[in-house]
Amino acid sequence: MERNLAFIALFAALIAALGLIPKFTLAFGVPITAQTMGVMLCGTVLGARRGALAVLLFLALVALGLPLLAGGRGGLGVFATPSVGFLLGWPVAAFVTGLIVERWNGPLALVASVASVIGGIAALYVFGIIGLAVMLDKTLVESALLVTAFIPGDVIKAVFAGLITSGLARSRPASLLSRG
Amino acid sequence: MISLTSPIETWAHRVPAGAKLAALSVATVGLFLLDDPISLGVAVLAVAALTLTGGWDFARAAARALRILIPFLALIAIWHAVTGQVAAGLVVALRLLAALALANFVTMTTRLSDMVAVATRPLAPLRWLGLPTRALELALALVVRFTPAIARKGGLLAESWRARSPRRPGLRTILPLAALAIDDAEHVAEALRARGGLETPKTST
Repeated sequence: MERNLAFIALFAALIAALGLIPKFTLAFGVPITAQTMGVMLCGTVLGARRGALAVLLFLALVALGLPLLAGGRGGLGVFATPSVGFLLGWPVAAFVTGLIVERWNGPLALVASVASVIGGIAALYVFGIIGLAVMLDKTLVESALLVTAFIPGDVIKAVFAGLITSGLARSRPASLLSRG
Repeated sequence: MISLTSPIETWAHRVPAGAKLAALSVATVGLFLLDDPISLGVAVLAVAALTLTGGWDFARAAARALRILIPFLALIAIWHAVTGQVAAGLVVALRLLAALALANFVTMTTRLSDMVAVATRPLAPLRWLGLPTRALELALALVVRFTPAIARKGGLLAESWRARSPRRPGLRTILPLAALAIDDAEHVAEALRARGGLETPKTST
């Protein structure tokens, strides 16, 4: 119980710390931050329920007014921007990612990468695109076109999340709560 | 850690946090019901006037927080210039501005402790039912405490990377950073257990 709590809190803090790492820009000019990778790692390392709880905890602190999102953003205002759907989709993304890693007993690096793609991109973008459509008053197809530029960066992050997960399984074998 | 509350004391700091949050919810729903540019323009002016009641410096800080909308506003401007639906574009842009500025106003005028008090009030019935809410409060405090600690370790990892390599670290320092966070988590768990853990009278672990 104490261990679950400590892992959930420390991974929420890890997402926040990843937001402080300077952004880097892909070749074609789309800035990416490491924070979505933190969300994927919550799922792959902590598993579905604990991963989603860690992300919820992080979002709660953002809503309370701490500047924990990349670029020092936070407060209630971020839930009034067009990217609100992505924020609300984060806990679901971590849950889906974690569920796949828990259930599919294949080679970890591959499973965690694929799980991150399905949870951290497919599931997340459903929420993100609905959010954009509502906030910008566009159709779902138009909103989907707006975010396609971010998919290559997110695929890179998903692959890294898979590699990091298998690295953690080797260096900290007891920490992989998702594989019990 | 520094919260986003404005250090400039305004009248709104003294309004109860619950009342501000309730007003914000109602106003945000209202903004999404309006859909003509004139009434939304009035709404933006009203929010601007509200922000200016905090003084010039307060308003400048509030305006800075609106910069995250710039890419979206540029996108809307281009989109609607191309499609020719200027009124529809104005509606979207004004609504975004008003909603974000209003939410920021509440965040800037509410202390973190007041916000936490409002957020944990709905938990009180759970506590009467014997459910442990201590875990949640403890988790919130742990995140606030460990975020700067982990960020500092991340900075140190990036520095030692730069000492060894002319290239930028990119994502390569994240594996050791995650490993360090896991070590911290194990130590925290041990320390919590040593101090009696999360035990509350009726729960078992």
